[in-house]
Amino acid sequence: MWERFDRAFYHWFAIVLITLALIVAQPHFNWMATYPKDLIVPFADWLNAIMDWLVDYLGWLFMGASWLLEWPIKGVRLVLQALPWSVTGFLFCLVAYIASGWRLALFTLTSCLYMVIIGYWPESMNTLSLVAISVPMAILFGFGLGVWAFYSRRAERAIMPLLDILQTVPAFAYLLLILMLFGFGTVVGLIASVLYSFPPMVRNTIVGLRRVPAEVIESGLMSGATGRQLFWQVRVSNSKRQLLLGVNQATMASLSMVIIASIIGGTADIGWEVLSQIRKAQFGESLLAGLVIALMAMVIDRVTSGLATRSGDYEKRNRSQSLRHNKVLIACCGFVAFYVLAKFIPALEVWPRELEFSPARGMNESLTYLIVNFRTEIETIKTLAFFFVMLPTKIGLQGSVSPFTWGFELQTWHSLSYAAAMTLIGAFCAYRVNTHVAIFVLLFAIFFYFGLTKMPWPALLLIYSFSAWRIGGTRLGLGTFFGLGFIVVTGIWPEAMLSVYLCSIAVIISFILGAGLGIWAAGNDTVSTILRPINDTLQTMPLFVILIPFVMIFKIGEFTALLAIVAYAIVPAIRYTEHGLRNLPEGVIEAAQMMGCSNRQMLWSVKIPLALPVMMLGLNQTIMYGIAMLVIAALVGTNGLEQIVYIGLSDGNFGVGLIAGMGLAIIAMIADRTTQAWSRKRQSIVEVRIW
Amino acid sequence: MTSEAPATKDVKLSCRNVWKIYGETPAQFFEAGNGAVDSPVALAKTISTSDHIVANADVSFDVHVGEIFVIMGLSGSGKSTIVRCISRLVEPTAGEVLLDGEDVLKKSDAELIEIRRHKMGMVFQSFGLMPHLNVIENIAFPLKLQGIGERERYAQAERVIELVGLQGRESNFPNELSGGQQQRVGIARSLAVEPEVWLLDEPFSALDPLIRKKMQDEFLRIQSVLHKSIVFITHDFQEALRVADRMAIMRDGAIVQVGRPVDLILNPVDDYVREFTRDVSWESVLCAADVAEAADSPLKGLGRVAADTPIDSLLGYLGENAEGVAVEAADGSVIGVARAADVVRALANGCDTTPAEVRR
Repeated sequence: MWERFDRAFYHWFAIVLITLALIVAQPHFNWMATYPKDLIVPFADWLNAIMDWLVDYLGWLFMGASWLLEWPIKGVRLVLQALPWSVTGFLFCLVAYIASGWRLALFTLTSCLYMVIIGYWPESMNTLSLVAISVPMAILFGFGLGVWAFYSRRAERAIMPLLDILQTVPAFAYLLLILMLFGFGTVVGLIASVLYSFPPMVRNTIVGLRRVPAEVIESGLMSGATGRQLFWQVRVSNSKRQLLLGVNQATMASLSMVIIASIIGGTADIGWEVLSQIRKAQFGESLLAGLVIALMAMVIDRVTSGLATRSGDYEKRNRSQSLRHNKVLIACCGFVAFYVLAKFIPALEVWPRELEFSPARGMNESLTYLIVNFRTEIETIKTLAFFFVMLPTKIGLQGSVSPFTWGFELQTWHSLSYAAAMTLIGAFCAYRVNTHVAIFVLLFAIFFYFGLTKMPWPALLLIYSFSAWRIGGTRLGLGTFFGLGFIVVTGIWPEAMLSVYLCSIAVIISFILGAGLGIWAAGNDTVSTILRPINDTLQTMPLFVILIPFVMIFKIGEFTALLAIVAYAIVPAIRYTEHGLRNLPEGVIEAAQMMGCSNRQMLWSVKIPLALPVMMLGLNQTIMYGIAMLVIAALVGTNGLEQIVYIGLSDGNFGVGLIAGMGLAIIAMIADRTTQAWSRKRQSIVEVRIW
Repeated sequence: MTSEAPATKDVKLSCRNVWKIYGETPAQFFEAGNGAVDSPVALAKTISTSDHIVANADVSFDVHVGEIFVIMGLSGSGKSTIVRCISRLVEPTAGEVLLDGEDVLKKSDAELIEIRRHKMGMVFQSFGLMPHLNVIENIAFPLKLQGIGERERYAQAERVIELVGLQGRESNFPNELSGGQQQRVGIARSLAVEPEVWLLDEPFSALDPLIRKKMQDEFLRIQSVLHKSIVFITHDFQEALRVADRMAIMRDGAIVQVGRPVDLILNPVDDYVREFTRDVSWESVLCAADVAEAADSPLKGLGRVAADTPIDSLLGYLGENAEGVAVEAADGSVIGVARAADVVRALANGCDTTPAEVRR
């Protein structure tokens, strides 16, 4: 068994010893517990100075651009507001029908009616007008950059990290930048949403253009295509489906950012409606408005993805030709008919106030009833989670165990027996499983005893960088070291650890629950059919909306944030697990069956090891989703970096907000690269190609 | 290297010392793109030892008007690269590609597009069809690129659709067709512009054997109508034998041997070529003229056969008649006499003349 103790083990063991040594030394060296204030590099001040200079000297340029951009928004808004809702609604339903058929048309109709009857039609149209302007801009911009990156390696190398940054730095961090440059107004939402939604278009453009088979290009060339013909008629035509997928993703991103950007206010759109209702603690209203967003997102998503998939199945020419004429005809006729009709029946023009129907009051009352009557239960859940999971992770057993929380005082013999038990478990793992698991157990025991936020930062820096190096090689190791180093020297390490703590608990819970559900769904079609629409809905739901039900019941606080993150981040865990388990090489499964595997053996010794790379990608996505939601969860009161970002936005302190935002982006990128490298490693071991 | 020197006016397409080198600075090995070097083998060795990859080394051959010229080789032998050098889908490092006596490699981009639009057609192994266009649009695609009006290009497309036998499939999309049908579309598309040179890059390799056989027959039928000058790439020696007027065998980017199939079978230059020819049922390839020896005795009383009579139809006769059969050319003159011993000698070509099995 001695060959288990390879070099990696000794490295790890040294790390554990160093960590313990640092913990012991911590009380004697203050700089270990908290990075000294005098040594903090004032990046934030520098950024603010640069910003002031920009606003002073180039402000007119941005203001001019802002003024120009205001016009198209106003135009679209005017049209959407002036048209009777029946006309607009009819056109939406027609588009939905063309994109995917009767069922979607019906769903669109229901959604429109809901918006009208609940009384949020004008607000919805305001949101939509912003999306309607931002999406074409994002698509054009994204397509252009994508094409450039496709043709030029150098451009690609410059563009890709930019996309990473734009997609990982939380929006709250750069909303302020836009606000300061472009001034207050709808333009902020527009620019933020363009910035956030063009990256997926770039990625899809590159992928689409790359995927056109070489022989198709060659056959185009041999047909005598000029450069331009080759590009438009061969490359672009052949990647239409992927491009439309990009349009779908860009549209969804744009919508979610428009909603987030409404936090700045002054837009009278549906996102603002949700926020102000939450702030007024009118949960019924906020949920109803949130549902509008959700419905809107679902309709837009289904329509655009419907168009994307439809472009893939080609139908007979003659039929589609005549259909196209018919569609235009129907659109025109319907437009005129409803317009005229609306002139005679005012209810079709503007839905009368007195016919609006809002169950908000009833909802609020029943919620109050629920909270009053189940108060003890709700409180118990909250306390249990807080005392036994969240607090120990945050400040460790040594800080959290007290008569008030666990019911007893932490004695030395408790600690000693904890240490002994964990060492025993570690030794057992080293003997029975493998040494890496043993090290993992030891490290976890240390974390859990001392708490993530109480660990000396040099130790954590060492552990993280070393893991990254082990998993992804020198570059990833160094990147992690410098990334975390940046967080240390900017003095945001404590908050960063608070973010990491909340996010990791959420991710662990999401992944365990999600993987469990995924395994269940992979083996059971009924479960799979039930889960799929739920997942779809959660995934298309703008992040704001997910917060609402949890705030309603559990009020503001970390626990609410945790639940919201879990609710959102569980989706990829379920999806990837099920996908991984359902798409295994059939030969291996049959071979295992013929060897006489029991169902349990099949799952644990064959299927899961083979599906692990895909599940790893699921974990990667779970982390990314978790961090995305974490940022939004700052609204319901958390203490990490995301809160600094949010405070930076509301205080108008751009530098502080952006530094914290970059900190979050760094954490996200490290987590992303590490888990991806891990998945790739596993892939090469089990030789399963995923994509 | 070529076995015969035909009259220049018959040559449609000609490769002269074509090299294709992949690597950092491939041009360094040649002076001004001149591929005619003193010792190609030595140069190829130099190149591959200096971090460059030799895809084609000093490839030269002629394709005559109306001829099917087959290039045969295993995968990685450079046969797909050479056909792409001819069409300039791949830019050769050195050498000349003469089409009607003009160097294609010296043409500007615009001229090259014109050549591809009117003089060359190409068929691809995995068809290279546009998935978003239906059959007739795919076939009319090259015409559309030329800016020909819809009515005219569909009329032209209809004509080639008939030629390849795809009537009634015009509005189907490629994913609704079988592999054989898809390749018919590919063939039709390459013929829609009425090219003079027809390049086929392993056109039937992606099809299953039965369909492949059928498509080869189809191909020969089309060629008997159109008489194109053809470069046909394949890795299948049997296929090469079926379709080739002349063929070249490639290895490591260079041509090993060029000639009529029967020349390769009777006189393989080395073991590599012999390896391919070993499993061929020779009696179906050889004809009477190939085995005939000059007559050294009176021809009186001998039976007479035409020069292109396949040997397998004569085996029975030769078994019974030891004196053999007189072989006469198309004009009635006698080429020579074919005897059983000549057949055996032809079949035995390349075999060990003192095998271990024979005890003395």
